[in-house]
Amino acid sequence: MDDATAVAQARAGDSEAFRLLVERHSRALFKLAYRMTGNEHDAEDVVQEAFLKAYRSLDRFEERSQVSSWLYRIASNCAFDVLRRRQRRDNPTDSLDVEDAPELAAATPGPHRLALGGDVRRSLEAALETMSARERAAFVLRHFEGRSVKEIELALGLDTTAVKQSVCRAVRKARQVLRPLAGTVS
Amino acid sequence: MSHVSEDDLVLLHYREDAGEDAGAHVASCEECAARLRALAETLSLATAPDAPERGDDYGAQVWARLRPQLGLPEPGLESPKVVPFRRPLWPRAAAFAALAAALVLAFLLGRRFPAEPQPLSAEVRERVLLVAVGEHLERSQMVLIELANAPAGEVMNVSAQRTVADELVSSGRLYREAAVRSGDPALAAVLEELERVLVEVAAGPEALQPADLEKLQQRIESRGLLFKVRVVGTQVRERETERLPRPLTTS
Repeated sequence: MDDATAVAQARAGDSEAFRLLVERHSRALFKLAYRMTGNEHDAEDVVQEAFLKAYRSLDRFEERSQVSSWLYRIASNCAFDVLRRRQRRDNPTDSLDVEDAPELAAATPGPHRLALGGDVRRSLEAALETMSARERAAFVLRHFEGRSVKEIELALGLDTTAVKQSVCRAVRKARQVLRPLAGTVS
Repeated sequence: MSHVSEDDLVLLHYREDAGEDAGAHVASCEECAARLRALAETLSLATAPDAPERGDDYGAQVWARLRPQLGLPEPGLESPKVVPFRRPLWPRAAAFAALAAALVLAFLLGRRFPAEPQPLSAEVRERVLLVAVGEHLERSQMVLIELANAPAGEVMNVSAQRTVADELVSSGRLYREAAVRSGDPALAAVLEELERVLVEVAAGPEALQPADLEKLQQRIESRGLLFKVRVVGTQVRERETERLPRPLTTS
């Protein structure tokens, strides 16, 4: 059974058809959720939440859309919610409208030190940690997932300017950490 | 034209719209072209982090956890689940939970059909809800404690915990709905978080392998779930006490 048929049958109340979609797409959504949240447990929750939302919004699925893209959008949005909640929890005084989180400051030398140590993976992780929820979500979707600005707008519910700004700020932060390594890593 | 800004270079790198002149400028300006190449070289180091592997049966596991949340019956059960008699862990609590669930259902129905005659006052119904939720949190706490304190590195038989978790998932959903309806999002959030762990226990195997047990323990610990359940449980008990009828005084 293809995805579109499975959605149609699930809409008609066939839970087995929905099970098929869950079994088919869970791994891809987990990978996306993990890249966005950087945390295994959060990624598990995102997958669960995404399918719950998908199930509740089966009626809103547009038949001309790809089911995988629809699920992808829902999961991206759930992961974005997790990042925003984390940002609120870790920095309760931050306004979520102020997305221009400080660039890597001298007070946070960790990423630099790691970069000089040649550990690209850990440096990148550290850079991702310095990004705001919006920056991280936009960067992961644009850079790792290869999604266009238009697609990111739809997934995160942001406008073009906000997405572009977020990607650019995130790149500045990533670049600050990775630049010293460019040319030294083959 | 002046040189292209850093942000426009980023947009050009990702083949996004960077304005009409930016692309043309880079094509004719060796300095900006070099900056674009340097940017690409740096960003090529940023490769996607490897997600932890999930096996071929991962989708089935997700479905097993999801099924009760969607309100679907267990596979093969055509009628609502009938729980066979089992040795209850906490007989009084189990009996109470069943009664409480019925009362909460009455509470919800009372809200849904306000025109119907009300056998209980709003105050009494609220107290019933608080008592029921308090009991639910207490039982959940016991399950969490047993799991959290289980010795690491050993296979744990969780059949008793599964049974209780299974019962708690159904009643917890009712209480969560009641909490939402009565305007208590904090309680609803904790109940939701709790429900996820309970669903995982209920849908998991009877013999929990050390690695799975460790994951579950980490999950309980990392969210501070036990602490949250204790705090909310205490708050519920306090609210419950506040609503107790005042004893008559003779003075």
